[in-house]
Amino acid sequence: MDLSGITPQAFVLGLSALGAGLAMIAGIGIGLGQGIATGKALESIARQPEAKGDIMTTMFIGLAMTETSVIFALIVAIILLFANPLVGML
Amino acid sequence: MGEGGGLGARVIFHIEGGPLDGLVITETACWAVIIAIGLIIFGIACTRKMGRYPKGAQALGELIVETVYKFVSDTMGKRNLSFAPYIGTLFLFLLFSNMLGLFGFRPVTADMNATFAMSVLVFFLIQINAIRSAGIGHYLKHFAEPYPFMVPIKILEEFTFPISLSFRLFGNILAGVIIVELAMEGLHAMSIETLHLPLPFLQIPVRLPLNLFFDLFEPVLQAFVFTMLTMSFIAKAIVTRPEIEGEGEGPDDGAEAAEGFSEEDLFESGADYSEVKGFGGREAG
Repeated sequence: MDLSGITPQAFVLGLSALGAGLAMIAGIGIGLGQGIATGKALESIARQPEAKGDIMTTMFIGLAMTETSVIFALIVAIILLFANPLVGML
Repeated sequence: MGEGGGLGARVIFHIEGGPLDGLVITETACWAVIIAIGLIIFGIACTRKMGRYPKGAQALGELIVETVYKFVSDTMGKRNLSFAPYIGTLFLFLLFSNMLGLFGFRPVTADMNATFAMSVLVFFLIQINAIRSAGIGHYLKHFAEPYPFMVPIKILEEFTFPISLSFRLFGNILAGVIIVELAMEGLHAMSIETLHLPLPFLQIPVRLPLNLFFDLFEPVLQAFVFTMLTMSFIAKAIVTRPEIEGEGEGPDDGAEAAEGFSEEDLFESGADYSEVKGFGGREAG
């Protein structure tokens, strides 16, 4: 394989794009987690429909807290794609 | 998105000369000021002609204020009702600044500076209220509980909350902006270059559902989550004092009442407790 035609900048940019993709694997975890949380909330609403308001509020807060980890991953990915700090280090 | 293909907010103008030389005014700052002025005008319009029986704008204003006060007293307790104006303002500002995408502009909260400024405000609000309610001694002591070696982790925890709060809002809104923008550009290219249509007709069926989710549902949810987390963390910081005193000698009613805890609050907490106990008893029986 001939890599001599690839500039260092292109190499860093390409690997950054890969890294951004890898960072977003965090989505698997949050998908599972939010699915479980919503499922449990539905179960408890089915068991106690009169507590729907409280359950929904708590569930949304919980979902937002869970979301934090994937939001961090998203920000890492966005920085790698649009505001790459690594290219400047070359 | 920015003009130069970047992701930052568009720069509207630079300030040259004077004490603020080199200051850059972006779209974000302009819209934040416009929304703030709009809310002030709305507030003035609602309270200009106040009557015994509300009607028109006053009725709308009273509805909002009443909802916010009920919300705050449900979440933070009646004792902390003085936070209601701040929470209400925060919610309305966040709601409108998140929803700017609906009108085709860049949302204020899709800028890290805006969300970080708001969460710094929340950080100081939490710390100052914790110090004010627990006293500087108890405030410093709670870092060393339950074990002294956890001090670094506890201090880190105080800082991670506002950071995650601001990143959560920023990430959600920016992700919405990026997804809408990508979909629109993709459909534009598809309809003009692939299908050779004179106008980007393919955008028509996609714009509305995307806007419904990213510019109506998500802003309301994110504004709600931001204010809700702010409220619960301020309430948690304030609650520390009775907990600390409860661990030591028995609760001293006279001292507590003298320090701003009304008898009504004590009575209410007692009533809640008996209700819980009664419910448990019924369950067992």
